[in-house]
Amino acid sequence: MSMFSIFNVSGSAVSAQAQRLNVVASNLANADAVAGPDGQSYKARQVQFQTVPMGGPGSAGVKVQTVTESDQPGRRTYEPSHPSADGEGYVTHSNVNPVEEMVNMISASRSYQNNVEVMNTAKSLLLKTLQMGN
Amino acid sequence: MLEQMTARLDFHGKALMLRSQRQQVLASNIANADTPGYVARDFDFAQALQKAAGANGTRATEGVAMTDARHLSLQGGPGSPKTDLAYTVQTQPSQDRNTVDLDRERANFVDNTVRYESTLRFINGHVKTMLSAITGQ
Repeated sequence: MSMFSIFNVSGSAVSAQAQRLNVVASNLANADAVAGPDGQSYKARQVQFQTVPMGGPGSAGVKVQTVTESDQPGRRTYEPSHPSADGEGYVTHSNVNPVEEMVNMISASRSYQNNVEVMNTAKSLLLKTLQMGN
Repeated sequence: MLEQMTARLDFHGKALMLRSQRQQVLASNIANADTPGYVARDFDFAQALQKAAGANGTRATEGVAMTDARHLSLQGGPGSPKTDLAYTVQTQPSQDRNTVDLDRERANFVDNTVRYESTLRFINGHVKTMLSAITGQ
């Protein structure tokens, strides 16, 4: 029954988008972080989506292939009194761009909503199909 | 006799299967709206239905050879009608080579939903008609 695979397809998309939202949340949380757990400044993370075939030829789900770290240089500010300042008095912050992350967040949340809507529609159609002949 | 009564039901049944297949294809497109390199897919419903309904015997058994007279025909079996999946035309080029137009896919999805429901209603109406003919009330 091909309608049931909609739940797999949209479910995989929802979970991938949720992971993207998760990454955005940690990027935004660390936007002003000076040092990460390894002593280096935090690097902005980004998920990469990949298509996963699910059963039939027309059904394609999504998964998060990898989470990549941006290699942009971190934001440097002159704060000689800061405990993490280097020899020249500069502090390296994370390389997160909050504007980019907000855009990413809105896009992820819209896609999430879209897929939930698709699942709701499929569910109501299947329920109506169950009552066929009544 | 019974075949004549259920012939129309059979047609709507095939239409329903195709609608559900299209629903699934559209759901995949919506799911992959953010996947780089994904190419949106769809199929021509009218053509697929014509194929499924037109050649009753030949379509259903396609791909399965009946080499002996005693072999059972697959006609009317649980197999779903075959569809020729194609690629949609890209409306706007994008950097990540994704060809999903989310607005179009959503519109198609809603359209397909309504048509699926109407096919269901046709089936229900037909069943009711036959039931009232059988009970004679």
